[in-house]
This record gives sequence, structure tokens and C-alpha cells, in this order.
Amino acid sequence: MIHRDSILLLIGLLSMRPSAAEPLNLTEAAAGVFVHQGVHELPDSKNHGEIANIGFIVGERCVAVIDSGGSPAQGRALRSAITAKTPIPVCYVINTHVHPDHIYGNKAFKAAGIAFIGHWKLAQAMASRAPYYMEKASRDLENGLQREDFIPPDLPVETTRELDLGGRKLTLTAHGPAHTDSDLSVYDDKTQTLWLADLLFMDHIPVIDGSLNGWLKELRSLTKIKANRAIPGHGPMTGEWPKAAEAEIHYLEMLRNDIRAYLKQGKTMEQAMAELGQPARAQWRLFDEFHKRNISTAFAELEWED
Amino acid sequence: MKIIIDTKILGLLIGGLLCSALAMAAGEDETAWSQVLKPKYFGNRPIEENTNLIELTAPYRAEDPALVPVSITAKIPQTAEKYIKTITLIIDNNPTPFAAAFHFTPDSGKADLALRLRFNTYTPIRAIAETNDGKLSMTKVDVKASGGCSAPIGADLDAAMARLGKMKFKLENDKISPHQPNLAQLLVSHPNITGMQMDQISRMIKPAHFVDSVKISFNGKPIMSAQTDIAVSADPNFRFYFVPDKAGELKAEIKDNLGKEFSYVQTVTP
Repeated sequence: MIHRDSILLLIGLLSMRPSAAEPLNLTEAAAGVFVHQGVHELPDSKNHGEIANIGFIVGERCVAVIDSGGSPAQGRALRSAITAKTPIPVCYVINTHVHPDHIYGNKAFKAAGIAFIGHWKLAQAMASRAPYYMEKASRDLENGLQREDFIPPDLPVETTRELDLGGRKLTLTAHGPAHTDSDLSVYDDKTQTLWLADLLFMDHIPVIDGSLNGWLKELRSLTKIKANRAIPGHGPMTGEWPKAAEAEIHYLEMLRNDIRAYLKQGKTMEQAMAELGQPARAQWRLFDEFHKRNISTAFAELEWED
Repeated sequence: MKIIIDTKILGLLIGGLLCSALAMAAGEDETAWSQVLKPKYFGNRPIEENTNLIELTAPYRAEDPALVPVSITAKIPQTAEKYIKTITLIIDNNPTPFAAAFHFTPDSGKADLALRLRFNTYTPIRAIAETNDGKLSMTKVDVKASGGCSAPIGADLDAAMARLGKMKFKLENDKISPHQPNLAQLLVSHPNITGMQMDQISRMIKPAHFVDSVKISFNGKPIMSAQTDIAVSADPNFRFYFVPDKAGELKAEIKDNLGKEFSYVQTVTP
């Protein structure tokens, strides 16, 4: 029998192996807007949680990072990729929400002159979830996540905030509870790019960790914004706006209508989870991993409606 | 390159070994139950393991470990001669294994029950029923989950606290059918904080704050009462039966561990 301590030691050694040694693959979605497209997988010990779309926008004077990655190593890889692409310094690291696949790379950017920016509720959400995410990371992700990787925003956004990168202006908007309760979107005026992060899922099934009603409400106002393209938190860079949101809105509205009907008929959460929404299965990646959970979350929200 | 592949395979192998070892330990190990939990809650009373009296339904894999629907179906009607007096729910490997105990009366009609629970790890959940003759019988199922008790407090704690203590009853078709068991549901708004979630800015553990007592009556007659603990999900939700003889008042009285009390009355008619 292998001794338990040696197993733990081995796991420790394995988890120290740099996980994102290869340079990040980047797409220039619009002039100066660089995106690394994630993979549609659950966070695990092979991808180390590096699954989300992350990237940066380059101005004449400053670079703004939008989400720093799913692991400390991916944060470092993103930093190298920026250095390889441009001599212009990073001034801002924007964290779009609390989920670990987006903000575990923060520490790579911690330096004088770099401001971290997030929703006003992000610091609170980060602190309250840190122990849970760290436990999960050490159990499932083997990405060496530490307490110091959780870096709360220096500049909280309450409603909106503008960032001047030199020759291009970013408008950050703090949203009400939607995908999470700390969602922030970024609009680049130069290319009319709407970086929605996880407010927009494409191909990857939308995941509700905030409020179903709130998310649909935010999407109603977001779809009125004139933009050339949207960048999803998960999915391809083909986001023609507002067309890119159609599938997500359709899915969320279907959930809401079906669950409301079930509630009206006095049916249970178990019945809803077993029976609702299965025809949507073919349209979404990771459907089996998240759909039933979405129903339970939405059911618990909607049963308080009337 | 070869080295990287080898370590990956090794990692998978070790991961696999560990997981299966833990899985076996969690799923099949009766030690916690027989050595600690059973003596603590039932002393040396005999408990028969069967599904003749009640059936327990829980998902094998929890979709959301902090919100796992669990239900119990009674196989005998509640009569004055023979009825299920108490159903106790124990989740072996939770930090607080005692989840809840529900007390029924002949007026309950049926000792069916449904609620939502938190599961912190791969664990058996067991339901132990006591009939009015004092006999105990148990049924159990395994649930695969992780982190339900330390899972972050719901997205909007401020909103949850604002409606703290709000309650409502739901009935099938919004009316009662007299002289037969009627299914009803009680919804309670309460964050049911486990005491295992870290607070916000202060980085302190948020103190436990949960509903610990539930009493439901109809026209003054007790229908169901419960002692509940942190395994009950936020916004506790109970489905139960009662037998109304005529129109009347369904009443819920709730108390939490900080001594806050809430009550709610809803008039129900045929």
C-alpha cells in the first residue's frame, strides 16, 4: 500500500508543475482587442480551471486586462502574451465577476501602477467564496491556488466607470444580480465591442449563479446597446450583437416559463429537474453538467414570485 | 515530453486510487453510524433496516450540494391506532450529521415529507421512522456531493435578510379537500447560515443563523413539528400532508437559533 504522505507529496509535486507553459493562443477580435478563447470543459485537474475567455484591450497609453485567467499559471501566461504583443504597459486589470475560471490569474499582474477593477460587490463575493474556491482548487484543479491569488478591486464600480486607455475609452457597467451578483461588462468605444464575459454564454450552456429574473432584465437593456460584436465569457468570437444573445435569452425564458407553469400546477423541484427543458439539450455544450442545477436555482428563486 | 506524459498518467492513477478509496470509505463505511451516531441518537434501541414503512428518495448525484431535494414517502396511512410518530434524518458525513427530526400526528393523514438539504461530501443519508408503538425502522441512500455546507451564501444575502421570516403555504389548486390527506407546502424565507461560510470583508466565519424549530397546526391542532439544523437549505421548504375537516387556519410557528420567532397564518377553504 502506498503511504498516504507520499501520495500527498506526489500530488503536491504534480500540482506545482506549471500548467500553462505554452504561450496563450490569442485572437484579435477587433483592432487592439485580444481574446484567448477557452474550452468547453468543466474545471478539472487537466485544464486546471483554465476554461474561460480572457484577454486584453490595447490603447495608446495603457493596456486593460479583462479577466486574468483560471489559474495563477494562466495569469502569468497572459502577462507574457501581452508583453510579446505590445510594449504598452498594463494599467488596469478588470475582473468581470467572482467566478474562479476568470480571476485566479490576478496575482501575475499585482504591481505598482496597476489598478484592479471590479463590481462594488466583488470584494465581498471574493472574500466570502475564497475558502470554498481554494478547497475546490486543491481538491479538483491542482493549480496551486493560494489566498494571495484573491486580489479584490482597488477601484469598485457602483454604476459605471470610464477608463481612458489613450485613444480609446472603455465604459464599465456594474450590473444587478444576473449570472452572479458581481457582473461587470466592458464597452470599447473605438471598435464598438461589448465585452460581456459570463453575461453572455455561447455554445456553453448558461449557468445561473445569481438571478434568472435579474439576468433576463439585464439582457433586455444590454441588447439595446449598439455594438459591432459581443465577446462572451464562454464561446466563439463571432458574437454579432444583439443576435449573439438570442440563444441564451431563449434558454433562460424557456426555463422561466416552464418553471412558472410547474409552480402554478403545484409541481415540485424534483419534477422540474427531471422533466423540463430537455429538448434544449442538443443546442448546448455541458448541458448535462449544468441544466438541472440551473432548474433548481431558478425554481428556488421563482417560487417566491407571487 | 515523455516525463510530462508520465507524470500526467501517474497523477490520474493516484487520483483514481484516492477517489475510489474515499468513495468506498464514504459509501460503505458504517462506522460513523454504528459507533457514534446510532448510540448518540437512539442508544441501544433495535433498529430494523427495511423499506416497509417509509421510502427515502434522494438523487445519487447532487446537482447543487446546497440545495438537494430529498423526500420521504410513508407506506402506511396515519390512523389513531397506528401512525408514524417521528422521522429523523441523519447525514453521516456532514459536519453536523443531525439534519432534522419531524413529528407527526394521526391528523397528519400521511407522514410524507419533502425538503431540501445540504450535503458536504459523499455520504449516506438515513431516515429513521418511529411508529407510535415505539418501533424503529430505517432506510438509507447514498448521495454524491461536495461542499454543500461551506457553499457560498446565496447571491443576495441583503435581499434574503430583508425578507427574513416571511412565509407562505401552498396548496394543490389553492384549496382544500375535506376529510382526506391534503398535500401542502410551507415556504420559509431564512438564509439558514451554516456557520461554515466565511464572511465578506471581515474575513470572519459568518456565525450560524438557522431555523431550529418549526410547528405547523390546523385550527389549533398540531399537524407536524420539526427540529431542524444547518443541513436544511436556505429558505427552508417543507411539503407535508394534513387532513382538514372544514375550512380553517393553517398556522406556522418558526424559531431560529438566535431566538427570533416568526409566525404566519393562512386561511384555507374547500
